[in-house]
Amino acid sequence: MRGLQWFNALSAGATPVQGLPDSLQVADGQLNGQSVRFLAVVTDPNNRFARARNGEVGLLEGWGLAKAVDDAIARGDKRPLIAIVDVPSQAYGRREEALGIHQALAAAADSYARARLAGHPVIALLVGKAMSGAFLAHGYQANRLIALRDPGVMVHAMGKASAARVTLRSVEELEALAASVPPMAYDIDSYASLGLLWETLTVSQIEQPTADDVARVSDCLVNAIKDIDSADLSGRLGASNRAASSHVRQLLREQW
Amino acid sequence: MTDWLNKHSFVELGARQRAKALLDAGTFRELIDPFQRVMSPWLSRQGVVPQADDGVVIAKGSVAGLPVVIAAIEGNFQGGSLGEVGGAKIAGALELAAEDNRNGIPTRAVLLLETGGVRLQEANLGLAAIADIHAAIVDLRQYQPVIGVVAGSVGCFGGMSIAAGLCSYLVVTREARLGLNGPQVIEQEAGLDEYDSRDRPFIWSLTGGEQRFNSGLADRYVADDVVQIQQTVSALLQQGAPEQQRSRRADFYLARLAELDATPQIDPATVRALYQGERS
Repeated sequence: MRGLQWFNALSAGATPVQGLPDSLQVADGQLNGQSVRFLAVVTDPNNRFARARNGEVGLLEGWGLAKAVDDAIARGDKRPLIAIVDVPSQAYGRREEALGIHQALAAAADSYARARLAGHPVIALLVGKAMSGAFLAHGYQANRLIALRDPGVMVHAMGKASAARVTLRSVEELEALAASVPPMAYDIDSYASLGLLWETLTVSQIEQPTADDVARVSDCLVNAIKDIDSADLSGRLGASNRAASSHVRQLLREQW
Repeated sequence: MTDWLNKHSFVELGARQRAKALLDAGTFRELIDPFQRVMSPWLSRQGVVPQADDGVVIAKGSVAGLPVVIAAIEGNFQGGSLGEVGGAKIAGALELAAEDNRNGIPTRAVLLLETGGVRLQEANLGLAAIADIHAAIVDLRQYQPVIGVVAGSVGCFGGMSIAAGLCSYLVVTREARLGLNGPQVIEQEAGLDEYDSRDRPFIWSLTGGEQRFNSGLADRYVADDVVQIQQTVSALLQQGAPEQQRSRRADFYLARLAELDATPQIDPATVRALYQGERS
């Protein structure tokens, strides 16, 4: 529910965008006098696709995000897009696989990436979970990633139980490894050490943000928008825990 | 039967041989080859033996005389999973191809996708690299087609299935599988009734290459034959951008999904009819 709380707090007084699945909250509002579009994936107990009722990014959510972002691009005013990220996972189910959930998520990533290339500042604000395919579809194409500092804010490729099964380890073994291997950890400080975040922020009430919390986060969003100086994702490179990513690029350029 | 003798399996080739098989004879040049030993900095400390190319081959060359970069994933190393180094090789190659185009060099790209997605031993760095790959495909695609090939036998899963969905064209064989979530993970998350990861015919019927092609989620369905795959990729590279990018058809897919009764469990024929209508 954090995603919805932050969406409501940041988009107070904004105009809702209609014609989207109920599991999406999208609204056009103001940030420091600038028109922006806020986007969030939220729980929908009546979702026609049963495995996407708890805020997961499924078929309707992927295609719906694509539609909402494409609509913003079509307006031509390059308004900033603020993706509020609280996505527990992609939807896991037979219907989802059969109907091509990968293509729905590709559509969302495609739209966010094209918006960024077209000059829309794209910011992802992580207020809860940012898991795997769900994050790839909603947030990971942003120019700037901002995370609130809280144990409930986490980024990962797979839930612990499944990750343990796939890597043939127990959950305890997995947790022990995560403590010493930063990219495997689930906490936001380890994630921050990879250099992918532009900023982390502490707020007083992450579940129900106070007026002061909202003001601080809004300021940070405004600063992030101002800070954007290129349409690519190169701002994520440079951390020592991600040194190989830069090294490989340098070698490729030399040998190209 | 005699025809069978003349065919050479593509699926049986390793990543390096696949890249060579697609490029014009004598033009294959590998970047960051295995002798440079640029390996994963994260695997040994977890008791996993790293590989000298980290399971990804980047090759430049030409196809029908056109400048091409191929990124081929080696499905036999760690299930084709992408870690920091392998992921950066693919992303970096695509970024340079886009830069080429901005400098007037029409470099195209082919992705040979045999991958389970993120390498869980490098979890968040694999995920970040895949986001970079998505970004780079969308960027390069503005100038030149990006061709994805899923030949098998690993298939294409996780974040890299999203990459497949971003490609200008997708080529599949009967051996191919394409899906967001691996069967084991769906079974773990949703239960055996939802998805039986050991039922291979069931899994191929929903996510196999033939079904994906017949549902309009892939563009070419080819035999496991080196010559046919080479000719198909070559033709697509020369074709330019598709009329409409599949990942930009939100209105179409939302309308189709709105027509579906999502209550009963789904079968392959329903998907084909829903997405292809009278064509299926």
